[in-house]
Amino acid sequence: MRINYLKKYLSLVPNRICMNLKLLLVAPFLLGASFLFAQGTISGNAESTFQYLNEDTVIGANQPPSKGLINSYMNVFYTNGNFKAGMRLESYLPRIQGYPNRFDGTGLGMRYVGYSNDFVDVTLGSFYEQFGAGLSLRAYEDRALGYDNLLDGARIIVKPKKGIVLKGVYGYQRLSFQEGRIVHGPGIVRGTDAEFHLNEVFPKMANLPVDITLGASFVSKYQKDDNSVLNLPENVGAYGGRFNLHYKNFYFDGEYIQKEQDPSNDNGNIYNYGHASVFNFSYTRKGLGILVSGKSVDNMSYRSDRTKDLQDVFINFLPAMNKTHTYNLVATLYPYATQPIGEVAFQADVMYTFLRKTKLGGKYGTTLGFNYSTTYEPKKNYSSTYPSDSTGIAYKSTPFVMSDSLYWQDINFYISKKINKKFSGILSYYNIMINNDVAKISNDAQGVINSHIGIIEMLYKISSKHSIRAELQGLFVQPKPDGEINDKGNWFTALVEYTVSPHYFFSFMNQYNYGNPDKDKRVNYPIVTCGYIRESTRFTISYGRQRAGLFCVGGVCRFVPANNGLTLSFTQSF
Amino acid sequence: MITFVLAFFLFRMKKKYVMKLSILTLFCFIIGFSFAQKEHSTSSNKKIPSIVLKDMKGKSVNTAEMGLEGPIVISFWATWCSPCKKELNTIHELYPDWQDETGVTLVAVSIDDEKTKARVPVYVNGKAWDYKILLDPNGDFKRAMGVNNVPHTFLIDSEGNIVYSHNNYAPGDEDKLFEEILKLGAK
Repeated sequence: MRINYLKKYLSLVPNRICMNLKLLLVAPFLLGASFLFAQGTISGNAESTFQYLNEDTVIGANQPPSKGLINSYMNVFYTNGNFKAGMRLESYLPRIQGYPNRFDGTGLGMRYVGYSNDFVDVTLGSFYEQFGAGLSLRAYEDRALGYDNLLDGARIIVKPKKGIVLKGVYGYQRLSFQEGRIVHGPGIVRGTDAEFHLNEVFPKMANLPVDITLGASFVSKYQKDDNSVLNLPENVGAYGGRFNLHYKNFYFDGEYIQKEQDPSNDNGNIYNYGHASVFNFSYTRKGLGILVSGKSVDNMSYRSDRTKDLQDVFINFLPAMNKTHTYNLVATLYPYATQPIGEVAFQADVMYTFLRKTKLGGKYGTTLGFNYSTTYEPKKNYSSTYPSDSTGIAYKSTPFVMSDSLYWQDINFYISKKINKKFSGILSYYNIMINNDVAKISNDAQGVINSHIGIIEMLYKISSKHSIRAELQGLFVQPKPDGEINDKGNWFTALVEYTVSPHYFFSFMNQYNYGNPDKDKRVNYPIVTCGYIRESTRFTISYGRQRAGLFCVGGVCRFVPANNGLTLSFTQSF
Repeated sequence: MITFVLAFFLFRMKKKYVMKLSILTLFCFIIGFSFAQKEHSTSSNKKIPSIVLKDMKGKSVNTAEMGLEGPIVISFWATWCSPCKKELNTIHELYPDWQDETGVTLVAVSIDDEKTKARVPVYVNGKAWDYKILLDPNGDFKRAMGVNNVPHTFLIDSEGNIVYSHNNYAPGDEDKLFEEILKLGAK
């Protein structure tokens, strides 16, 4: 009877609406079912970014055929006692500009179930993991970059005793997301890791002034040898150890990983072993922090597909060793991305605060910061005893021994001062040198780009809820040895931001490439952004021009083409 | 009867609607769960997820069992995030008063990855912060807490319920946060 009535009713409405009605009928049923299960906790978040782009020939921005672009995702995590499950739905209809161009469709991009208690934690499905500093294995996501090399398989974490953590992972990596489905890389990744916090493991050490953590990891990948010319190793291991010491005000940590023979597209199919090491040494006390870091990498591109490049299916993580800058011109014009084939890098960082009520500190204190980082090509000894045609070993290298070929250098300092209750400011200076022949950043530049950047930031608190903030930024590029302007020349950026706590913000930014050697390209890039925030919901709208450039998070970068148009974004956590 | 109707529609459904259905399913489950939550607990529907992080000394800390008394503010930040640093530096000046009045503890969770993680103790001590610091280099806690971007600040009552959260920082937001902390004291 009821079916007959429904059929009759449904036949009156067009097919599409009819379908939606069918869906609506299913909804209450599912809703009821979910109530039956509901006892644990649900959390998660969602994000959606929509772009409507215009054609803008002046800056080289194209209008996509669909005009509109949209990326969305939602994470849902469920825990109930020791049980956990989670998933992420992703949608690219089509993807926004700068995102990996093969992402399309709507579907599950991540899903897992798991069980954990104080002794064991087991996960089946997708998971993220990092062993030590990540030189051997790091599966992680950065949604802003479209980066996601999660492992799909199984993971177990066992804590047999306080202070001991043992891990085992096995899985395929996520390579892409096509037609609403995860696409995996062809190689299997498996690894195991052990870590001992000695002060917790041995009760006698509990009260020692020195904290010691030791760890070791072993990772291996399997990929079929499908090459008819070369004899490729199908199983490639990477292994090593790490330590972490803490004594009074001193911190000292380091990791060393060696990788077996892994001829790949990245290294030109050589049969060298690879190695990577990193150390950090720091001294801190109230008002003072000093850090010295070093990193040495040679032939350490480690992927679950030897034919891939860019940011695809990396098993390990080789971060660049420099400060991550925040001001627009410093952060986005000349950022440095790691060279996994090899680099030797050093960094020094010092921060000092003249405490309040001292002569230089004034009423609120004054902070000074200094940072220096440099990266060189490793020294490679090509020797006749290692002919590249017989063993495939192309050269020999020693950790931390570098050549005189500069890849990167950054010298910067700042002074941050609160003048009075309403007014505060930051002054900063940067000298950045980047070797465009190696760490390619621009099609218009040759050799090392040497730039000087000065920035003034001011914040004025009008009332308890209203504030205004302004930034003035200037970037000056040194001419090439022949006297010509290098890259795009000088830039000037101004930003004004008005905020009304806790709900609204309005900002206007203009970047002006006034020093471009090509007069037709001396262009302004104005953009207006405003936003509304309510607790953990955030809406932003922006309209204007954005220049082409590298967008980087943690030394991992993607290229974003120039665009002109409207961007709407929505984020929510729950 | 309803099951029969459901099966009937599922059978007749075209492939392209299966996706719609699965999204609707998810949606319904979320709605269902979140309403059900409200029935089960009176004050809040979200607790701190249990994730094991490390502090700056290398000691493991379970985020669900931090052993702190009184209200907790969890603030996600990074050494490369200017508004995060503005927020935490502003609260730093008010923190002794906040602690005296409400017994609140601020836990600053750094999402710096291996690139910038070593700069965390330099910044924290360089600014003479008194906060409890946790390191989340692979974003496990960030993901579990549903954080899209930093700064994101959560307020947790003494029973471990998340009672307030705020994404973004503008000068003055700290006053709103303190109001919310005071509300907990009045309970």
